Amino acid sequence: MTDPAPADKPRLLPLRLKGVCYQRGDQVLLDQVNLDIGPSGKTLVLGPNGAGKSLLLRLCHGLVEPSSGRIDWALGNGDSAQQRRRRQAMVFQRPVLLRRSALANVAHALALQGVPRLERGERAAEALDRFGLLPLAARPARVMSGGEQQRLALARAWALRPEILFLDEPTSALDPSAVKAVEDAVLTFHEAGTRIVMTSHDLGQARRLADEVVFLCNGRLLEQTPAEQFFRQPGSPEAAAFLRGDLVW
Amino acid sequence: MDVNPFAQALQLIVQMDPALAGIVSLSLQVSLSAAIIAAVLGLPLGAALALYGFRGRGAVVASLNALMGLPPVVAGLMVYLLLSRAGPLGSWGLLFTPTAMIIVQTLLVFPIIAALSRQVIEDFWEEYREQLQSLGSSRLRAIPTLLWDARFSLMTAVLAGFGRASAEVGAVLIVGGNIDGVTRVMTTAIALETSRGNLALALGLGLILLALGLLVNLAIYLIGEQARRKLG
Repeated sequence: MTDPAPADKPRLLPLRLKGVCYQRGDQVLLDQVNLDIGPSGKTLVLGPNGAGKSLLLRLCHGLVEPSSGRIDWALGNGDSAQQRRRRQAMVFQRPVLLRRSALANVAHALALQGVPRLERGERAAEALDRFGLLPLAARPARVMSGGEQQRLALARAWALRPEILFLDEPTSALDPSAVKAVEDAVLTFHEAGTRIVMTSHDLGQARRLADEVVFLCNGRLLEQTPAEQFFRQPGSPEAAAFLRGDLVW
Repeated sequence: MDVNPFAQALQLIVQMDPALAGIVSLSLQVSLSAAIIAAVLGLPLGAALALYGFRGRGAVVASLNALMGLPPVVAGLMVYLLLSRAGPLGSWGLLFTPTAMIIVQTLLVFPIIAALSRQVIEDFWEEYREQLQSLGSSRLRAIPTLLWDARFSLMTAVLAGFGRASAEVGAVLIVGGNIDGVTRVMTTAIALETSRGNLALALGLGLILLALGLLVNLAIYLIGEQARRKLG
């Protein structure tokens, strides 16, 4: 189970973005982004609101097509976007759960990946157990608390054994104990070898989790640096101001 | 009229008068069959309309919405022309049979179910889209997921369709012919018995029809409540 990247498949990572732009109307939301997501580690995408953090994650995950530029996975673009996406998972700010039981939510995700029916129940239960949700397996997902719902979204991602996990502000709507649970879950994924790419506006969280920081401001990628260096001596005045807690535009 | 027709009607119902029971049972058979067939066809079509964009989609959606108000007599006339001996399907010999009545009611119920489910599924898709795409679902594969998740809202659409079928008189009268013991249903019987002055039977049937309508609406309400409570 702790082997998210079977050896027989071509490697998914690194992921390279070259000159990626995203425009809506005449508004440029991401401008000439170059980014290199290596094979391991935890990358935190930071930046003020509206910087394009969520959009960047959606572009990487393939939910949104860039207006121009290239997004290349190591295994090449021969596989369809849908096939590539099956080796990734994403956890959203507000988890979207089906109107079914917790267990059925995970089982449905496995069904979409073509896991045989007989295996689904066991794998789904294992994933719920990993995040302490097994006692709630039969509970309708929509009546669970916010923290439980986010943990269920993480368990669903876990069951898919992704090679890379995108998390879009996964803790912004949660209370402190639920935040802790999500951060622990991120570490669990990391220990299993899953590449982590996560947006956050919580600097404390970034310090706790990041190996590497990508700083976005106004749709431009201003730096991609090791976390330790970023927090000690950011390379751009915008990042320095952001770290001081000033408003950055 | 020396006896109160209302009391007589109740007596007919309580005694389960065989003529009355036959009419009620045929009504239910025809309208339920129509609702089920229309659901089997209309739910996936409504979902597909919600998920797929294509040229002319707006026109299809607008016509479907307009067809929700298709006058039953017009639907009856169209099916009559199709099935009458001189019509293109005349050789099937379906005119004045319960099958013809099911066909015409399906035609009336289908737009209701398709149009309402299109609306429901569109809202669900809006909410689920990114998550399902992220999980690797194609649009086609999303249709059963969405139909299942929206099942309680869709049940309301199907019941609304059934309500319309069981209440209409014009369509079944034209293609069924109101033949005693063969194609006589509650609504056509009420119209006939009233004109004949047989008010007790008409009233008895009317009461049953009203009760049926009440039952359907109660079911819609309870299903909605249960869904809200259970699934959030």
